[in-house]
Amino acid sequence: MVTFTLNGQERTFDGDPDTPLLWVIRDFEKLTGTKYGCGVAQCGACTVHLDGTPRRSCVTPISTIEGSEVVTIEGVSGTEADAVKTAWTGLDVPQCGYCQSGQIMSAVALLQMVPKPTDADIDGAMAGNICRCATYHRIRAAIHNAASSMEG
Amino acid sequence: MNWKLAITGVATLCLFVGAGTLLSPASVAQDAKIDAKTLKPAASFQSIANERERSVALFQEAGKVIQHPRCVNCHPATDRPLQGVNMHPHQPPVFRGDGGMGLPGMQCTTCHSAENTPVVGQADTIKSIPGNPAWHLAPIEMAWVGKSLAQICQQIKDPARNGGKTMDQIVEHMAHDELVGWGWKPGAGREPVPGTQAQFGELISAWVKSGAACPAS
Repeated sequence: MVTFTLNGQERTFDGDPDTPLLWVIRDFEKLTGTKYGCGVAQCGACTVHLDGTPRRSCVTPISTIEGSEVVTIEGVSGTEADAVKTAWTGLDVPQCGYCQSGQIMSAVALLQMVPKPTDADIDGAMAGNICRCATYHRIRAAIHNAASSMEG
Repeated sequence: MNWKLAITGVATLCLFVGAGTLLSPASVAQDAKIDAKTLKPAASFQSIANERERSVALFQEAGKVIQHPRCVNCHPATDRPLQGVNMHPHQPPVFRGDGGMGLPGMQCTTCHSAENTPVVGQADTIKSIPGNPAWHLAPIEMAWVGKSLAQICQQIKDPARNGGKTMDQIVEHMAHDELVGWGWKPGAGREPVPGTQAQFGELISAWVKSGAACPAS
């Protein structure tokens, strides 16, 4: 039995301890905003926050998160999340949208760590989030916009 | 045409080609490859009477571990680690950051956990994500990529480039450090470094006791 916090609520899981966190979130908790992309931490679609930092849930066995706090796209909140949401809709960042929950989780985490990121900071933090529609320019611009909106 | 004779001729030719293969340089190379996967025990070097030559030979044997991609990949000469036995740049692109732990928002722990993590339902070439509690890059002054074993040897002895370690601490590090030890248990789908960490530690210990001599080139 694994006990953890999911979007602020205590949850338990007593299935196969090797089950990736991604599938606990999607199949058992029915939170389908977090996406399966590659299954090997190469694309970033499954990014969640684990104890406050970005984590690829597809390569995170549920047995390793006992006592941890997990936040998904459904539960992410706060100043940075609000700023990212406004910036994302303002620039109409997504195209097909499949990768975007992962992009947003990485972007929020970056802004929590680096409130005024440079292009290099953004490239460094977002390098593991692939977008098939190549929305990278809008993602970068939206992160800058989100950072600017938080300054006031 | 006599088909039976022709087939016999082809079979004979195959036999000769087969015999040739057995004796070819390729088979010798294969033996050398097998040798690269094992470590000779430190005691087996006692037969080298000259202490300096023995010391160099011990380090060269330890070099099978030190220069293995499993070790060198995380001693890059740039800010980006390498991956795989063919030592390609790490994918996704990740960079050194503070303490060799990655950049803000894309740290080693974004993907690597405290232990090797098997993955299922993937290509045969991807069986696990490597992990260790201490997963991080070696500092830039400990870069090994592109260096000869002789250069790495001098580097390991230089406190300015070995994290300020004494030779005793080098022995301890090689013999017992947990992240060094990952090289022998790198997870499914990854070739381990040769021998065992205990054997490797004994080689390094014997090398230090014999004067820590470095190869000339």
